[in-house]
Amino acid sequence: MRALRVAVGIAAAMVWSPPVLAASDPPPGAASCSGCHSAGATAASSIPRLNGRDAGDIVTAMAGFRDGSLPATVMNRIAKGFSDDESRAIAAWLAAQK
Amino acid sequence: MGISHRMSRREFCGAGAATATALTFPLAFPLPAFAQSAARVVVIGGGFGGASCARALRQIDPKLQVTLVEPNRTFTSCPFSNNVIAGLRSIEKQQFGYDKIAASGVTLVPQAATAINVTARTVGLADGASLSYDRLVLSPGVDLRFDALQGYDEAAAAKMPHAWKAGEQTLLLRKQLEAMDDGGLVVIAAPANPFRCPPGPYERACLIAHYLKTKKPRSKLLILDAKDTFSKQRLFQNAWKELYPGMIEWISLSQGGKVNAVDPATNTLITDFGNHTAQVANVIPPQRAGRIAEIAGATDKTGWCAIDPVTFESRSAANIHVIGDACLAGAMPKSAFSANAQAKACASAIATLISGGSPAAPKLINTCYSLAAPDYGISVAGVYQPKNGLLADVEGAGGVSPADAPRDFRVREADYAQSWFATITAEVFG
Repeated sequence: MRALRVAVGIAAAMVWSPPVLAASDPPPGAASCSGCHSAGATAASSIPRLNGRDAGDIVTAMAGFRDGSLPATVMNRIAKGFSDDESRAIAAWLAAQK
Repeated sequence: MGISHRMSRREFCGAGAATATALTFPLAFPLPAFAQSAARVVVIGGGFGGASCARALRQIDPKLQVTLVEPNRTFTSCPFSNNVIAGLRSIEKQQFGYDKIAASGVTLVPQAATAINVTARTVGLADGASLSYDRLVLSPGVDLRFDALQGYDEAAAAKMPHAWKAGEQTLLLRKQLEAMDDGGLVVIAAPANPFRCPPGPYERACLIAHYLKTKKPRSKLLILDAKDTFSKQRLFQNAWKELYPGMIEWISLSQGGKVNAVDPATNTLITDFGNHTAQVANVIPPQRAGRIAEIAGATDKTGWCAIDPVTFESRSAANIHVIGDACLAGAMPKSAFSANAQAKACASAIATLISGGSPAAPKLINTCYSLAAPDYGISVAGVYQPKNGLLADVEGAGGVSPADAPRDFRVREADYAQSWFATITAEVFG
């Protein structure tokens, strides 16, 4: 009986706990970054990891890639697809990732 | 037979406990609450698209019951397989297992999916079992059309490899190149659009030429093309002149390059303008979405899958989403990078739909590297968003590497190509 009460308690908690929101959905475009910029710490790569980086640094880099003041191979072509607002949202999300 | 009738005490207890659980839970708790909290998503196809999607779904919502249906125990990557053909890389470096995907909470079903009941929302498996789903993701890749070129069927592919699905075919083409005498003719037949990996045939020409230049320098390589233009064309043609002068010849559609038929007995490729007999013939035939997409009713008359650009839901089959090479993704090319990016956007959309919300319009990126030589990389990139029901290029963004870049730029892009492969395979399979 005691075991059943515990089970009921657990199940009740499962049923009535408030819905867990996704750990903040990535803003448009952000999920694509990890195709090249490793989200994990394991891959050996010449391409910098962005998760946990300072958001301001990412926004500044994106603006530099966009106006050509920061030299790049491919990021200049990609940065032109994002506005300042979009870059800021992506940067804030990347900065919040572990 | 006898063994199944003998039940050990432990097995008996286990069975009893399972029965008690099965009886107790439905009595004690209302089922609908459980059903709602554990929506079922089945993903068919364990390549860059399907494996990424299954993993992303679990990451976004750990309560989701995610099942990945993939008959192969090992995935062999097409990206970088041209390096295997050219003797620059072992096939083992192309191969990845599914252990980490299982460890992330995805249920693996090592079976082929053979049937889909759209009304009952079930997937039939080769062993006769069936899986129920609330949402189904199809990422079946391409099927090679063995009805498109006269004489080119599966048996012909054992003589004239396509090597457009990595594995045995990759190694067969490599062996044929190794066995060829110096001074031989290699022919690559490239298909019309759309097809998997648009720059692939031309990267392959470069890396085979790299092998020939090193090992069999009197040999020639001919590309017979069913198109008049191709991906990264100017960059490839410049690289051919710069790196392999006089070795590679490209015959376009309007110059009579379209292969209509082949004769495997003599290794001959037949065009409207004449016959070409090759020592090594690499025939890349036209393609369509993997067969299960047609079974699901998700293909249109082109053989590919039209999708909603926000949710990747099929235009013709409800609750079925199609990602990767099989879908018509508008301006997005059929690449591993695209498949991975689409997988993550699709997973977000599915999680939102299951929770009763309406998915926001995504923005997607593609970046696709090719190697003209091991230290000479070129790329094409694009940014995409939904527009008029399709995924369209964001204007002003994207494009190819500069035509006039110094050599160290090509060296850096070759390095980034390697880094990209290490990163994406770690994200999907590691």
